Amino acid sequence: MKPSSRTPLTRRAAAAAGLALIAAGAHAAHPADLLATFAARAGAAPQPARGQQLFTARHGREWSCASCHGAAPTQAGRHASTGKPIAALAPAANAERFTDPAKVEKWFRRNCNDVVGRECTDGEKADVLAWLAGLRP
Amino acid sequence: MSRPVSTCLLRAAAARSIALAILASVAASAAFGDGPRRDPAAMPAEPAAYRQECGACHVAYPARLLPASSWERLMRRLPQHFGTDASLDEPTRRALEDWLVAGAAGGRRAREAPPQDRITRARWFVHEHDEVPAAAWKRAAVRGPSHCNACHTQADRGDFDEQRVRIPR
Repeated sequence: MKPSSRTPLTRRAAAAAGLALIAAGAHAAHPADLLATFAARAGAAPQPARGQQLFTARHGREWSCASCHGAAPTQAGRHASTGKPIAALAPAANAERFTDPAKVEKWFRRNCNDVVGRECTDGEKADVLAWLAGLRP
Repeated sequence: MSRPVSTCLLRAAAARSIALAILASVAASAAFGDGPRRDPAAMPAEPAAYRQECGACHVAYPARLLPASSWERLMRRLPQHFGTDASLDEPTRRALEDWLVAGAAGGRRAREAPPQDRITRARWFVHEHDEVPAAAWKRAAVRGPSHCNACHTQADRGDFDEQRVRIPR
């Protein structure tokens, strides 16, 4: 469709900006922002290798993170108990991941309780996210 | 791969449905019967959080499959939800509980909470599935009775019509 030449440029720009805001959602963040936040709170540089270890190993309980997300989370996983498909977790494979801070905190809380038996520390979250953010499909 | 349930199963099920329908209409007309069916149009709309939160891990089970007392217990014990932490922030938890209780089972099913508040342990559930062979539940594509959508192809829309059942091989 050809844009109307009578539409003032500023109005079109404003409309486009509004649409972009709606598309991005109210809590939109970038995985790099969240990673920086976790690392700053931890006061240490994230270590992706340690994140991978945390993610793929079991911690004295029935499940690891990989039990549901898969050891290669650039691909979809499957809930270990219900079998429900789980969309890929790595941001490079799924642009929605790690863009909503509240959602990220909620799932870290729940899943660390299930896997580690306690909430994860900021350092552990930074490590895991650093590993995930470096994965490429 | 899937196949329709056998004609035999269907025929038996159809006969049972008719018998149940007759029984239900008789019961409904009696003062001590199942009571009026809920009008789905009168139910408040499903909150978006229901599919986002509960539906992230399992089928977004229709509220009518459990009595209110079961929903209340489940929603108050989310941090220990069948072995996993399914905790929610309080406003979301409250909104979902209210919606589930408003749409909970009516009539006979409302009076009997299933063991452990599991839909799959309800008397009616066991009865409805008594023709499913034990081996079928164990198939990789089924993985037990809680995965409604393995066989009820429209379960995600709350449609459990027997005509649309396909048991995977």
